[in-house]
Amino acid sequence: MAVVLIALAGASLGVGAARLQAGDPMSALVLSVSRIPRMLAAVLTGAALAVAGVVMQQIVRNRFVEPATAGSPEAAAAGLLAVTLIAPHAPLWVKMVVAAASALAGAALFVVLIRRLPPHEIFLVPLAGLVLSGVVGAGVTFIAWQADLMQYVSIWMLSGEFSGVIAGRYELLWIGGAAAALAWVAADRFAILGLGPDAATALGLSPRAVIRFGLLVVALVTAMVVVSVGMIPFVGLIVPNLVSRMMGDNLRASLPVVALSGAILVLASDLVGRLIIYPYEVPAGIILGVFGAAAFLGLLWRGDRHVH
Amino acid sequence: MIEVEGLSFDIRGVPILKSADLRLEPGKITALIGPNGAGKSTLTRLIARIEPPPKGRVRVNGLDVATTLSDRLAREMAFLGQQTYLASRLRVRELVAFGRWPHCHGRPGPADRAAVDQALTDFDLETLADRFVETLSGGQAQRAHLAMAVTQQTPWLILDEPLNNLDLAHARALMAHLARLRDAGGSVLIVLHDLNFAAGWADHIVAMKDGAIVAEGPVEEVVTTARLSDLYETPISVSAHQGRPLVLHHI
Amino acid sequence: MVAALVVFLAMLWLFQGLGEGNWRFVLALRATKLASLALVAASVGVATVLFQTVAQNRILTPAIMGFDALYLLIQSLAVTGLGTIGFASLPTGAKFLLEAMLLTGVSVALFGALLGRASAETIGRTILTGMILGVMFRSGAVLLGRLLDPNEYAIVQQASFANFSRPAGGTLGWAALLALPALAVSHWLGPQLDVLGLGRDRAISLGSAHRRMVIGVLALVAVLTAVSTALVGPVAFFGLIVAGLAHALLPGARHRALLAGAALLAMALLISGQWAFERVLGLRATLSVVIEFAGGLFFLVLLLRGRVR
Repeated sequence: MAVVLIALAGASLGVGAARLQAGDPMSALVLSVSRIPRMLAAVLTGAALAVAGVVMQQIVRNRFVEPATAGSPEAAAAGLLAVTLIAPHAPLWVKMVVAAASALAGAALFVVLIRRLPPHEIFLVPLAGLVLSGVVGAGVTFIAWQADLMQYVSIWMLSGEFSGVIAGRYELLWIGGAAAALAWVAADRFAILGLGPDAATALGLSPRAVIRFGLLVVALVTAMVVVSVGMIPFVGLIVPNLVSRMMGDNLRASLPVVALSGAILVLASDLVGRLIIYPYEVPAGIILGVFGAAAFLGLLWRGDRHVH
Repeated sequence: MIEVEGLSFDIRGVPILKSADLRLEPGKITALIGPNGAGKSTLTRLIARIEPPPKGRVRVNGLDVATTLSDRLAREMAFLGQQTYLASRLRVRELVAFGRWPHCHGRPGPADRAAVDQALTDFDLETLADRFVETLSGGQAQRAHLAMAVTQQTPWLILDEPLNNLDLAHARALMAHLARLRDAGGSVLIVLHDLNFAAGWADHIVAMKDGAIVAEGPVEEVVTTARLSDLYETPISVSAHQGRPLVLHHI
Repeated sequence: MVAALVVFLAMLWLFQGLGEGNWRFVLALRATKLASLALVAASVGVATVLFQTVAQNRILTPAIMGFDALYLLIQSLAVTGLGTIGFASLPTGAKFLLEAMLLTGVSVALFGALLGRASAETIGRTILTGMILGVMFRSGAVLLGRLLDPNEYAIVQQASFANFSRPAGGTLGWAALLALPALAVSHWLGPQLDVLGLGRDRAISLGSAHRRMVIGVLALVAVLTAVSTALVGPVAFFGLIVAGLAHALLPGARHRALLAGAALLAMALLISGQWAFERVLGLRATLSVVIEFAGGLFFLVLLLRGRVR
């Protein structure tokens, strides 16, 4: 898998409107300012989103949920919109903090909401998430429409793309990557959380503390992705499900695979998006929305036994 | 020693447990019996600090469960509730290994691995060790969960209706295993519905009804025709078989 | 009573603030728009109730299952696939009829298979499948749009929000031609729908030709959705609110009353909402966003109250 990732990364560096030539200073500039940041951004986004998906799924104990379908990106966009309206000239880190805080609030709201659903109706949980996304998203859209900021909002919420990534404008994603790495450190705790609150308590863990930490990871990843490239749907849903099917949910072993697969998926989607109508581009999020959705449906209807 | 003092609990104003007092001696298998809705599960869940701290006090081996760190308590008692629905895809061995978490916190040593292997053997799970729990039958999965609780190797083992889904042979094997743990100095608190399992294996019986403890004592004292008929409000007859009470209900 | 309200709103819509000047022109314009809104409202309301009866579920709507996105996708596909044989140059009416037929065929095949396989324990998966299909069709429509015209950024918005202010006038006549018979057939099927609402097993044991009914109803839903999407675009949660309100206001009602109630409620909501938006508030955002917001909240309340089964 690592080989696949490296091959894709190489391809990603090579593809673009400008042709690269060895020894050409212009090419070196394109590489260091545009191509390498873009490749790194795709890798970081994919890995972090996939890990955030696992964390979210462990928190709510439901496979059919990911931050992107639970209102987190819309909440982050709401925060961003608020900053843009109230303090348009606020430095980037302020926007980032506000986006992370509002993503946290959105994710927490989702967790509180679904606690009131009947426990074994597992499909009501993703449904509630989608509707919550819709409600928050509609609120954001309404305000953005009035304030003539739709251009921004539709990128934040609807379709992430990497075409705007250059050096200096993607580095926040490293924070998302770091949050995902932290999640791996706590992998066993999330795995125990997945056993259920009773079992986690019996093993001496505080489920609340683990949930809070997990929400923080989810919020950080979501906010950084939304701020830097815009939300990319389905990565957090498809990748964890595929990996779980292959190797189970022993997260200490599976999280690195999840991160790697997420990186591959997003990098590949970006690459396809750049090639399909070359030299124009289609956002990676749209490519994923089509092919990712198809893959997920295949998953959903294949092994019936595994979906309780 | 488990000490319960003035323990009360209610759900939205409906009292589930009414100021219960109880002292459980170590080194015994204590069976908790009583009709549905008596408060047995709630009592075990409160002792195992699964439910939030209620009115009253619970101490396990001198540690107040409301104030002691949960991690510390996980080395005093293991708990297996009735709900064992598993959303995660885990292999049997991985599930059982999580029982070692309070001891190794994710860095298992040789002793931890040995304990896991031992539990897999004890619960007849060696051949299933690399299967995913979701592919097992109800009884096999129940054994995996039991093995996980036992692997915690705690002085107290608290089990809420662990015989669910087990066939007679495995149910008997579980009780025999608990008896061995007791003989090695362990203590068990177990909710049982089958009165003959309680009469046949327990040392001490606690009978509950309507959120209160109505009788307590050695098996011979509690498992009697009068007591049980009264407890379950249905005709039950107790005779004796090989020195143990035998509960009959087809009379 | 709701009917009276609708008539009042229609009058308000037509004659409010009508100036001295070229009132004939204004009136004609307003009447066209009113007809579009009424047609869209009735189509959405009826389609949602029909679909919920077939799906045995109060949270699913054709919009959530991606019917409207599928229509947009078919539109793009038709332009791409049939472009060479002069599809784009067909008259509006013929184009619309063809698209509606395509949607009916595809959705009956797709959702018929989906709902046909659904049993009590897989209904959740059916719901999830529908929602994901919705995302997939939406992304697919955007993707195709981008492929056709790489510089077109507005496609994403078009595929996401309804626009009630500028209904496509040219299709109105053709839409009415399709929608009115579909509405009539729905009304006529009322008693059969009551039986269908009891659930598959009981419907069959009462002698209903269940499978044929499901397919027929899905075809009606597809036609009505094609009409509303062609006129204003996707309407998201609008149908959900209307159907929810109809069920709440007419508890235990038969389908004839339920369908009529949903249609009238939808008209009242849409006309009054659009009137308030255009004439009173003068807002720039589209009503559909507000509908999505309010409808979503309403949905969440239903979900948390356990009313959604």
